[in-house]
Amino acid sequence: MTLHTQPVVVNIGPHHPSTHGVFRMRLTFDGENIVDVEPVVGYLHRGTEKLAEERHYTQVITLTDRLDYVASMTNNEAYVLSCERLVGLEAPERGKYLRVIAAELQRIVSHLIGTGFFLQDLGAFATPLMYCMRERERILDLFEMLCGARITVSYMRIGGVFQDAPDEFWPALRKLLDELPRYIDELEGLITTNEIVLARTKGVSPVTPEQAINGSWTGPVLRSTGVDWDLRKAAPYDAYDKVAFDVVVGENGDNYDRYLVRIREIRESIRIVEQCVKQIEPGPVRATTAMLFKPPPGEAYVPVEAPKGELGFYLVSDGSIKPYRCHIRAPSFINLSLLREMMVGWKMSDAIVSLGSLDFNMGEVDR
Amino acid sequence: MGDLLRENTLYGNIYDWAIGIVGEDLAWLAYTVAVMAIILLVVNAFLAMGTLYTWAERRIIGRFQSRVGPNRVGPFGLLQAIADAVKLLFKEDIVPRAADRIVFNLAPIAMLAPSVMALAVIPFGQTSYLANLNIGLLYLIATSGIASLAVMMAGYASSNRYAMFGAMRAVAMLISYEIPLVMVLLAVALLAGSMSLVDVMTSQAIPFLLVTPLGAIIFFLAISAELNRSPFDITEAESELIAGYLTEYSGMKFGVFYLAEFANVLLAGAIFSTLFLGGWPWWTPLSHVWFLVKVMAFAFIAIWVRSTIPRFRIDQIMVIAWKVLFPLSLVNVAAIAIEVVAWPERTLPQLVIMGIINWGITAVATVAVTRAWRASNGLRVSPSARAVRLEVG
Repeated sequence: MTLHTQPVVVNIGPHHPSTHGVFRMRLTFDGENIVDVEPVVGYLHRGTEKLAEERHYTQVITLTDRLDYVASMTNNEAYVLSCERLVGLEAPERGKYLRVIAAELQRIVSHLIGTGFFLQDLGAFATPLMYCMRERERILDLFEMLCGARITVSYMRIGGVFQDAPDEFWPALRKLLDELPRYIDELEGLITTNEIVLARTKGVSPVTPEQAINGSWTGPVLRSTGVDWDLRKAAPYDAYDKVAFDVVVGENGDNYDRYLVRIREIRESIRIVEQCVKQIEPGPVRATTAMLFKPPPGEAYVPVEAPKGELGFYLVSDGSIKPYRCHIRAPSFINLSLLREMMVGWKMSDAIVSLGSLDFNMGEVDR
Repeated sequence: MGDLLRENTLYGNIYDWAIGIVGEDLAWLAYTVAVMAIILLVVNAFLAMGTLYTWAERRIIGRFQSRVGPNRVGPFGLLQAIADAVKLLFKEDIVPRAADRIVFNLAPIAMLAPSVMALAVIPFGQTSYLANLNIGLLYLIATSGIASLAVMMAGYASSNRYAMFGAMRAVAMLISYEIPLVMVLLAVALLAGSMSLVDVMTSQAIPFLLVTPLGAIIFFLAISAELNRSPFDITEAESELIAGYLTEYSGMKFGVFYLAEFANVLLAGAIFSTLFLGGWPWWTPLSHVWFLVKVMAFAFIAIWVRSTIPRFRIDQIMVIAWKVLFPLSLVNVAAIAIEVVAWPERTLPQLVIMGIINWGITAVATVAVTRAWRASNGLRVSPSARAVRLEVG
């Protein structure tokens, strides 16, 4: 007797604990094995690009906070850099250093959250997530000192930053920099050599460098495949050409390497902030400019190395006070391009972990 | 009637008291009264303990996760479980339209009933067991087998694909882990020379945990899988299957599943402390307290494991069941069978010798299994990310 079997389609999302928001995948299963993946996006679409066309250049900064809401600083940075290119402006030195400090702290936050949720997807009952959140809180406290906000910071301005860091910021930052490596060690001690984590993630969903480049991957996920591409080195912006740091690359491009690259990048970020604290000199933090910008007609695109990958705002000016067009290159969205290559042939549990290892953010995917 | 219960002092007292009132002619009435009293006490105490345990689990996991945990309702949040139960009672009881109504409604009962049934043979303390059944271990296996049926019922009747996934995983896993579990129980029965849990308890001159550590480890792993606890919680893996087989359950039916799961942890602790921790020692008047302490120690370790380690994948779980635990349990049974033949009296010095041999076997088996596991998965602990120096520009 032959049993008639047929593949079963399961909707993962849009309401699902592991889709990090409202991402939806139509997974076709043969038993536990995945035979097809169909991502469906758009449940969080807010029309940011269109909204940007209706606002002054300065007002758009607040919109960028709400893209990748765990990495608002780098969103601000990418936008104001493009604006500065358009206007022909440059931030003063101290402003540049403050931007780098804020952006690198934000990278630590984003990587901590990415790691925490990655392990949550692995089934570690929220414990690593809570540890990551604990450290994140300390960095958010620093952001609060800088600009009064914790998540939607809007700290950067066209031509610098909103304000100089207050006096209490520096000792607090010093304390964080002294203690953070220890916490990262603690986290790594629990996870990096954990047998179950190794068994679940090593060699799972490997991506080759060719696949990654063809899929336009950027950021930690690209570096995990062994490609040493980092915009902070390739096209330095702000003060990145004045600090020494290493680009972390992986070997196999599997889920484990994607996790490990993030953890190592946190250490590099700490190194960068340390150097910035040493090098920063007193001075103005913001170029004296008008509040309302009227850039000459033209276009500008300055990509930055956001925690998730290459983030850039492609701005077109028609000479008015509002951008004519604002296109956002969102790394989270583009990093989802290899879902099929990553998931087909693997089991359901692996698919969830692979999704977590991409560390995408729905605010940025749907924009 | 009631011969099985004669050794239970509480039963005996109530029975004698009732007989004094109604007289020998109405012995059946006295029997009924006494049995009902016992059932009322045991079942309610067990479920109350289960409720308390949910609070303990949440608080302790909170500590593990550097947060507070429930602390609003009552002192230290002790009444949280009651507040939750009241909330669940008032919730709408939703049955999906496509669900198989009868099976859907039966499943929670089928989940909770076997864990209560299993209590019949557990010796809680000196003269505090309901039945000194001579097939006690077999009875335990029989009742615990029903739970997997309940999971399958819930998953099938929900008519939900997540639930079906959970149910399929559950059946595959529970049946696989039943086998090493039974093999360990066989080894314990050999060691004790009896299948009655009271005899198992009394034969432990030293706790069997020290005599047969391999058996205890296998039992702990297998029972974790039977309980759907981390790292074997694939049946309700919340990051994959939302809630697995109980996705569609709401209201008190969900509450019953929830309660059954947590009560099962206590039951597993009771079985573990009976089989491996020597239960209650004869010398202490506080035998019940001593037993409870051991159960709580087991429960604490279960919470610790749950809050610490991630989850296995279904194929890895099957590999562990069939390629690791099953052969190891065979080794365990064989070793103990030979030892029992060699030292049939099982006096204290003989148990010590057995223990030394079994510790050796455990150490060798653990090392061998770890090596084989790493080799088969191609695992290298050495980290694979490196830092490269790039020139600026």
